[in-house]
Amino acid sequence: MATYQVDGWTALGDQTRRAIFERLVDGPRAVGELASEFPVSRPAVSQHLKVLKDARLVVDRPAGNRRIYAVDPTGLGALRADLDRFWGQALANYKRVVERQTKEDA
Amino acid sequence: MSAQATDTSIRTSITVEAPLERAFAVFVEDFDAIKPREHNMLGVDIAETVFEPRAGGHIYDRGVDGSECRWARVLAYEPPERVVFTWDISPRWAIETDPDKASEVEVRFVAETPDRTRVELEHRHLDRHGDGWESMRAGVESPDGWPLYLSRFAERLAGSRGV
Repeated sequence: MATYQVDGWTALGDQTRRAIFERLVDGPRAVGELASEFPVSRPAVSQHLKVLKDARLVVDRPAGNRRIYAVDPTGLGALRADLDRFWGQALANYKRVVERQTKEDA
Repeated sequence: MSAQATDTSIRTSITVEAPLERAFAVFVEDFDAIKPREHNMLGVDIAETVFEPRAGGHIYDRGVDGSECRWARVLAYEPPERVVFTWDISPRWAIETDPDKASEVEVRFVAETPDRTRVELEHRHLDRHGDGWESMRAGVESPDGWPLYLSRFAERLAGSRGV
């Protein structure tokens, strides 16, 4: 995995991106359609879509002279795996905290 | 630490060098230091994560501006052996307001010796999250899903050894 890749948590950390993503969960849309539904410029929407695409949360395909964006199931799968990572990280933190306190009291 | 997955749950466990009572108390009282801080659904940075130590309580993140994100309800609080709480977070990583669509997390504390405790965590009923679940599972079976994350997980374990 290339290190420049954006993970799902980071990509969805931004409220506008999360809103765009949720709109796509309802169904595929073109950039222009999305831009008309949000109070941000079309280039800004394109930039958000690029981040979501890098995180593999959305895929795009050409349709005539437009580009249609849709939710990418691969990214959602990665989010589920992130849940596992979340708990792995939490338990590693926990071990550090509990053992440090136990050692200090010994 | 070990991890494994079934279709609708995630299980992971860890053994800590601490007596049972302390292992339980630290998990709840220091949850703020345990929860990975970068996971945040508030619009601002998290000042603190609070685990209310009672059935019917909540786990919530409090933002630096005072806003709160209640992302778990405590279903069972049985020191020093067990705690169960809901995961009110949808597959879209937003707060899930429908309790029927929440998954749940059970944490069990088992004394291996007077000074050592095994902590078993199960995040289950992920299928309750509904429609998003099916597409999530499809992704898990792709080469970029589980295998990638498991290898990352193993790397992190190797990296934390000797700390």
